Amino acid sequence: MGQVEKILETRELNVNMGPQHPATHGVLRLVLDIDGETVVKVTPYVGYLHRGIEKLGENLTYFQALPLTDRMDYIASMTNNIGYVNAVERLFGIEAPERAKFIRTMVGEMARISSHLLWIATHALDIGAMTVFLYAFREREWLLGLFEMICGARLTVTYPRIGGVRNDVSQEFLDSLYKFTDEFPSRILDYETLIDQNRIWLKRTKGIGVISAEEAINWGLTGPTLRGSGVLYDVRKHTPYDAYDKVDFDVPIGTEGDTYDRYRCRMLEFRQSNRIIRQCIEKLPNGPIMADAPKFTLPPKDYILKDMEHLISQFILITKGPAVPEGEIYVATEVPKGELGFYFVSDGSGRPYRMRVRAPSFVHASVLPRLCVGHLVADVIANIGTIDIVLGECDR
Amino acid sequence: MNITGQEVIDFLIKVGIIIIKIAVVLGIALLHVAYATYFERKVIGHMQVRLGPMRVGPHGLLQPIADGIKLFFKEDILPANADKPVFYLAPVIFMASAMVNLSVIPFTKNFVIANLNVGLLFIFAIAGLGVYGIFISGWASNSKYSFIGGLRSSAQVISYEVAMGLSLVGVMVMAGSLNLTDIVKAQRDSPWGMFIIPQIVGFIVFTIAAVAETNRAPFDLPEAESELVAGYFVEYSGFRFALFFLGEYTAMLIISSIAAVCFLGGWTIPWYITKALPFLSHVPGIVWFLLKVYLFIFLYYWLRATLPRYRYDQLMAIGWKILIPVALANIVVTGLVKILL
Repeated sequence: MGQVEKILETRELNVNMGPQHPATHGVLRLVLDIDGETVVKVTPYVGYLHRGIEKLGENLTYFQALPLTDRMDYIASMTNNIGYVNAVERLFGIEAPERAKFIRTMVGEMARISSHLLWIATHALDIGAMTVFLYAFREREWLLGLFEMICGARLTVTYPRIGGVRNDVSQEFLDSLYKFTDEFPSRILDYETLIDQNRIWLKRTKGIGVISAEEAINWGLTGPTLRGSGVLYDVRKHTPYDAYDKVDFDVPIGTEGDTYDRYRCRMLEFRQSNRIIRQCIEKLPNGPIMADAPKFTLPPKDYILKDMEHLISQFILITKGPAVPEGEIYVATEVPKGELGFYFVSDGSGRPYRMRVRAPSFVHASVLPRLCVGHLVADVIANIGTIDIVLGECDR
Repeated sequence: MNITGQEVIDFLIKVGIIIIKIAVVLGIALLHVAYATYFERKVIGHMQVRLGPMRVGPHGLLQPIADGIKLFFKEDILPANADKPVFYLAPVIFMASAMVNLSVIPFTKNFVIANLNVGLLFIFAIAGLGVYGIFISGWASNSKYSFIGGLRSSAQVISYEVAMGLSLVGVMVMAGSLNLTDIVKAQRDSPWGMFIIPQIVGFIVFTIAAVAETNRAPFDLPEAESELVAGYFVEYSGFRFALFFLGEYTAMLIISSIAAVCFLGGWTIPWYITKALPFLSHVPGIVWFLLKVYLFIFLYYWLRATLPRYRYDQLMAIGWKILIPVALANIVVTGLVKILL
């Protein structure tokens, strides 16, 4: 055996972060190559929560696929439902009545607030500010209670229906929601007192995960993640659906495109959502809550129990599905995470030939390597928080 | 050599007294450590609009005991690739180095196990040993997460030990002694009553360094839950985990005691307070000592509930670029004042 000369060398440490890790918000798996504390390479792996929702949708009628959308972004299931029903309504060529539109807008913004609350809670907890977490959960609990009041479910609501909403809102609910909107702005200040001007928070978020406006558009970012870079794009504003063209609201944008700006954007969105909810309560028109389109909407339950015609109609709609015109459609809505798009190809049968979901979380997860490389390990956590992903939606 | 029977008996009595003192101190200290966790959970709970432990006993008072029993009976898991003897040794080193320091703390007048003339130095020397516990536990677990945690912690503790040591030099200069009892006496006899007033800069540096030294928020990087899951002790379970936990809280108790002894006057209270309110002089010294210690521990909890966590490079920058220069300047000023006056 000859003498082997060994050259001492350094190499990157390969760390597997996730799928079970307290800061990866579900089952995201990141493989990090780190040189000391500096991140050299990040590879996100997704798919641990894949349930084949798109494929399942092809084997179910349009009515049956609605509850599946709750299971995508389970933090704000209401907005997913709204996205789905809006797309299907456009495909059917029907329109929900005014009152239903206002109710949808209202509950959609409630979902936006509750989703952003969970985001600020976990984002702050990841950076180490644990009190914000519990403050935010106090308000989220309040909102979930309101969801329960309106439809009996707290998380997977399935409240909107194709052509309207499931049931009308009570005056009692509107009163408690109005009380919430009175109280909520002062609660936002609670969170901001703790972190907004905190030097450690500023040091941890300013200049971290910077992405320019042009690059953000090229990566396909949407929602607050895009607006933090200073791009004024909001589906609610630019292609309004439901009652968004009848309420008054601003779209906050950032300037630097760093973690702090994205944080500010979402904090300002709290206030805008609050404003929208108040306007919806004030302007809520009277009238029906389901569209008058018997070929495409399920008849009311008490009619089904009373007469034959409605029972038959319901039976046909549920088992065979409605007679949908042939064609394809893509409808986008603004969910708390970004732009959620539903794409349907219809072959004229009661089930979609192809159902495809454009999930903002999936797109945002892909930008992680771009944001993290060159920063430190601790910034990876800040970046996961700032792009606000939920793996249920990412993996579908 | 001529040893009489009387001398042997005297010696044995001395040893006996020391053993009793050790038993008393260890027992009380461990109880305090256990209840420090309860105190922390209650304080942080109320700061975060929740109740903290409420189930075990009235207001959850038996919670620490329940936790202890649970940890004691948990399975002791040894990772397959761990370096067995070192893995077993690490928590013992960590815990022991924290415990030994209790011996030189003067809890009240004439109650100190070992009245060393270099008490302060002794504390630093032993606290420095605790880093070995952290580092080897990170190394021996053979896990990447605990390895990074161990590295971070060693770097952090070593750099902040410098700042902490330097911040106390001002106190040594003013007291003219390294003996902790003498430091307290010097404060009692000084016009200020406690060294926090002339040594306020030193106290601030000490407080920041102390938080970092004990790996507490906002400097809890080694065990940064969101990044490294639990840091250097991620592979430990059951009673070995409990040893790390106890060690951390004992270290907090020690550091708070040093703050009380070196800056807040230990078991004494300033003369101007007793002059204004004479009845306070009847309060036993141990009460004042514990009050000061718990005030400092409360500060720890308050910080934890309020602040986010620093990043590794920012933490190092604070230690080397701010705290150490400030501490050095403080020493120079203290020395000059001492010479000139």
